[in-house]
Amino acid sequence: MAEAESARAVRACEARNDALTEPRLVRLGIIALAVAFLTVFIVLPLVLVFAQAFREGIAAYIAALADPEAQSAVVLTLTVAAISVGLNLVFGLVMAWAIAKFEFAGRTLLISLIDLPFSVSPVIAGLVFVLLFGAQSALGAWLIARDIPILFALPGIVLATTFVTFPFVARELIPLMLQQGTQEEEAAISLGASGWRAFVRVTLPNIKWGLIYGILLCNARAMGEFGAVSVVSGHIRGETNTMPLLVEILYNEYQIMAAFAVASLLALLAVVTLVVKAVLERRLAEGRRQRDH
Amino acid sequence: MGLTLTWLSLIVLIPLAGLFIQTADLSPAEFWAIVTSRRTLNALKLSFGLSLAAAATSLVMGMVVVWALVRYRFPGRRLFDAIVDIPFALPTAVAGVALTALFAEQGWLGAPLAALGIKVAFTPLGIYVAMVFISFPFVVRTVQPVLQDLEAELEEVAVSLGANRWHVVVRVILPSIAPAILTGLALAFARAVGEYGSVIFIAGNLPNVSEIAPLLIVIRLSEYRYADATAIAVVMLAAAFLVIFVINRIQRRAQARAPAL
Repeated sequence: MAEAESARAVRACEARNDALTEPRLVRLGIIALAVAFLTVFIVLPLVLVFAQAFREGIAAYIAALADPEAQSAVVLTLTVAAISVGLNLVFGLVMAWAIAKFEFAGRTLLISLIDLPFSVSPVIAGLVFVLLFGAQSALGAWLIARDIPILFALPGIVLATTFVTFPFVARELIPLMLQQGTQEEEAAISLGASGWRAFVRVTLPNIKWGLIYGILLCNARAMGEFGAVSVVSGHIRGETNTMPLLVEILYNEYQIMAAFAVASLLALLAVVTLVVKAVLERRLAEGRRQRDH
Repeated sequence: MGLTLTWLSLIVLIPLAGLFIQTADLSPAEFWAIVTSRRTLNALKLSFGLSLAAAATSLVMGMVVVWALVRYRFPGRRLFDAIVDIPFALPTAVAGVALTALFAEQGWLGAPLAALGIKVAFTPLGIYVAMVFISFPFVVRTVQPVLQDLEAELEEVAVSLGANRWHVVVRVILPSIAPAILTGLALAFARAVGEYGSVIFIAGNLPNVSEIAPLLIVIRLSEYRYADATAIAVVMLAAAFLVIFVINRIQRRAQARAPAL
């Protein structure tokens, strides 16, 4: 009697669960489709980069990367990323601080403006700096007359990269700082801390993981930017070619293996970025849970 | 505060304003002549048309992926979840050469497709494939958090009131995640329109056939035809601003609705 009762309860429960999910066949179909799509569109291209890079053996791979042009591209890419990420780190912090800790009219507009570079085609990002600093503009002619190179040189590449990576740090920090409010800082200051001390000892520890997360994404984009940099770089071999630009040049010269060798370094950067990102996301989630308690 | 505005102006606002100032040098007739010239018009049509198709595909495939990742458990789920971000993290030039090699006639996928008579690389179809690659994560990443946070009670209530699964999905779940879906679609479209690096390798770049608008800007620049480059850029920028505006409206309406739930 009791057994029949519980069996009925189990069946009722199963029926209810069935109504809360799709039929088994639909479920399997959706999973298969998702896995197939991700495999074709993401796993295969990624595997192919490394397969092509190593198709002539490790010695050829190392030789391709030891090439002076490849070396200078690596150095340039690291230099540009260091400057751009540094600038965006400092000013991203300042902007997030100003937006999150003070109330003022036009705050939402300011947030939209910070996000603007995400919506602009990278080619247009490069174009605006060509228009500004090119020989045809007054400013450009003035600078060229004084032998200050902007376009087809490091400053132009840094400017274009800084433009496309502009939102990363600020947009990670703004929601985080808004959520935390200003109470802790106010407490620190009322206890006699200076504004700077309150920032270093109270604000910074609170936003630590979000900040690292922003820097990580900013760096990945800075090292990998192609369109904007391509427009302002001038493609001077051994001088203004970043790694992504070198990939293009080698590929167009049918040095396929060498192109994929350089590409494999960038792909590795992407994979490492995603692994670190996964770890950070767990940290961020933990931090949120701790605050909620 | 002053520092924020100065920095924003120096890096973003002044350069972008320069674009419009440059365009103001053109008379409306000149501007119109450039934008409606055959090659420009074809490039714009190709960019906007294929981006729309790619965004629609991203919407469908993105929803399939999101549904599988959020609602089901299967081996490798967390790995697949993580690699959805690859198109964001992978430099576009790398994506471009990889997709081209994959879909070229001797490529791993290009060869079997060629046997079926389908040519992908160096055709508009290739542009579409690259655009889907670059834009589908936007749909996944905007819809995923919303679908995850959706309260199970809503569905349970619907079921207890006699709704079948199809009704629950269409009448309860879809309306709740619709703002996120539309936002993802708009972001996917915006990214596809402006995309350069991952598209130009696979595109073939034949004028009037497989030449996208960002590439035409680069070509005009290399020919020192700044007015042409600027005019095309302004049209694309106007479209980008329209997309931002639409996204803002969607989100504002969604926020206005939220407390009622």
